[in-house]
Amino acid sequence: MKEYEHLLSVQDLHTAFTTENGEVQAVNGVSFDLDEHKVLGIVGESGSGKSVTAYSVMQILAENGRIAGGRILYKGEDISKWDEKQMSGFRGRNCSIIFQDPMTSLNPVFSVGNQLMEAITLHTNKRGAAARARAVEMLELVGINEPEKRLKQYPFELSGGMRQRVMIAMALACEPDILIADEPTTALDVTIQAQILELMLDIQKKLGMAIIMVTHDLGVIAEMCDEIIVMYGGRVCERGTADEIFYNPKHEYTKGLLHSIPSVTGAREKLQPIEGTPINMLNMPKGCAFCPRCKEAMKICLEQVPEEIMINKDHAAACWINIRDMQAGAAQNSTKTADNNGAPEAAEGNEEVTSNG
Amino acid sequence: MAEHLLEVEHLKQYFPIRDGFFGSRPLKAVDDVSFTIDQGETLGLVGESGCGKTTVGRSILRLYEPTGGTVKFEGEEISSRNIHQLRRKMQMVFQDPYSSLNPRMTVEDIIGEPLDVHHLYASRAERRERILELMSLVGLNAEHATRYAHEFSGGQRQRIGIARALAVNPRFIVCDEPVSALDVSIQAQVINMFEELQEKLGVAYLFIAHDLLVVRHISKNIAVMYLGHMVETAEANELMDHPIHPYTESLLSAVPIPDPKIARQKKRIMLEGNVPSPLNMPSGCPFRTRCRYVTDKCAEACPELTDRGGGHKVACWNR
Repeated sequence: MKEYEHLLSVQDLHTAFTTENGEVQAVNGVSFDLDEHKVLGIVGESGSGKSVTAYSVMQILAENGRIAGGRILYKGEDISKWDEKQMSGFRGRNCSIIFQDPMTSLNPVFSVGNQLMEAITLHTNKRGAAARARAVEMLELVGINEPEKRLKQYPFELSGGMRQRVMIAMALACEPDILIADEPTTALDVTIQAQILELMLDIQKKLGMAIIMVTHDLGVIAEMCDEIIVMYGGRVCERGTADEIFYNPKHEYTKGLLHSIPSVTGAREKLQPIEGTPINMLNMPKGCAFCPRCKEAMKICLEQVPEEIMINKDHAAACWINIRDMQAGAAQNSTKTADNNGAPEAAEGNEEVTSNG
Repeated sequence: MAEHLLEVEHLKQYFPIRDGFFGSRPLKAVDDVSFTIDQGETLGLVGESGCGKTTVGRSILRLYEPTGGTVKFEGEEISSRNIHQLRRKMQMVFQDPYSSLNPRMTVEDIIGEPLDVHHLYASRAERRERILELMSLVGLNAEHATRYAHEFSGGQRQRIGIARALAVNPRFIVCDEPVSALDVSIQAQVINMFEELQEKLGVAYLFIAHDLLVVRHISKNIAVMYLGHMVETAEANELMDHPIHPYTESLLSAVPIPDPKIARQKKRIMLEGNVPSPLNMPSGCPFRTRCRYVTDKCAEACPELTDRGGGHKVACWNR
């Protein structure tokens, strides 16, 4: 019996960056749990804080960034308080990351083998020939032919898809429990993207690690993920299983995103874009981060950040509309209180809403 | 009156690549590509990086001098002699809204430059009026006129680029990946704008992109390119729903579908290996090295585009 509840549990994470123009809260109270063998998708647009959330878990933030609050529990232990030495043991062995651009994340002056074996000797007790054998084994696992020859090659000699395979080999060389993939296929062509995604799912079946997939591509999310977190302005606006998010979206931002993509069937309906411009993190609204672009925004949205409430057991959203609807429903329905779905108290100190309930 | 707005016939664009001390050999970026675009229509051009889709767009506008073939615009053959005058009717929107706008120019000057080049106004007041008209056409406020490009978000910058292209009142615009640098929600705004402008102004687009769902949405017809060759072209939904060429088939099956249920059922046709180098093209059909239907004939000669009914043209020996 394991002693921890979740493999990884991020609780109320705050990450801040100090900039010339003041402090920026890039991640503002994000929580999620990740279990073994699961693929969790974090989706959002640029500046939503999705990558920073992933980097915070690994503690590979830029120099001006810091984890300003919250806990990151890995197998029940809070790693957000760990020092650099402890973290460098954690990285690679327990949790690995692959980045968007496979060209810039490999070192151009070292051969593939050199870089791959560095990761292996650093994190395992394999040395010399054993490390080399492991490197060859990993390259085979990620479907690179002639691995012996590739070990001697340099990154520029490989194609983009091949480089990303090398990155995956490197990330998995020490059999981590968690693989974080930060836009792993954005720089690749669709046919190569399909190969890489297939490879990741295939390896996941073989090795059983959990994957956090950070991407803006709803197609990739739909194909890969069991559970999805939708982020906007550094906060989670909606979370749930893939089916719940795609077929039963409850947050206005998620709805807007889904309406912004052209139809899969080729029906030429006009797209319904989200109006306005992306959020400026230096100038966050007081209430819901999305309210300046939200068609349904109410007065309360401007004033107060909505709490996350459960829609059903597989689905939660942080939107005042749901809170209002649920409380109206509860008031109509009878004597029961507003939080009959097991939701946390919807909005403390908010008279307008609680008075309905 | 010409039959088609734009007629491209056997367009070839080779680039010399230095090879050894004296020699050079051709990189065949575009090899024998033909298509037509009608007034007010959109042709979507898709393919993976390096397939020559961007080069096609640039060769049409004579940003490169083509190696062979002809391009006719409104029945008139484009040459280096008449291109300056024809650029009043043909314009381009670039992919990267960050590098395609001069950071030292104000929005007003960026949009006004084509007007200056082609002497399209009689007075300063008229110039100013036209610029403001263009800005409102693409959804920019008049007070933005004196700002610089860096003060805008990606989507707004792309609007500036579009206003610049529209300044001369063109009949045809080459749109080279105009939305791929934008976030999904902003992408939809810009796509809608392209559509609205087409309705309003009757302008035709060559819409170059790699996102097949976007291309399907905006295009009347789609053409698929592979290694400098056009392998298949058809009406947009026909091509997406009934692809014939094996490359189109696998390209479509690789597109991630933003719908979990469809995505789970989907069967992928995986392509083995990588795209061959355009410097070292396979003989015969360019796709034969990765094709699952390959036969001996494919190595001997390159198949021509043939009509399989209803304007659905495919270049393949075996399908």
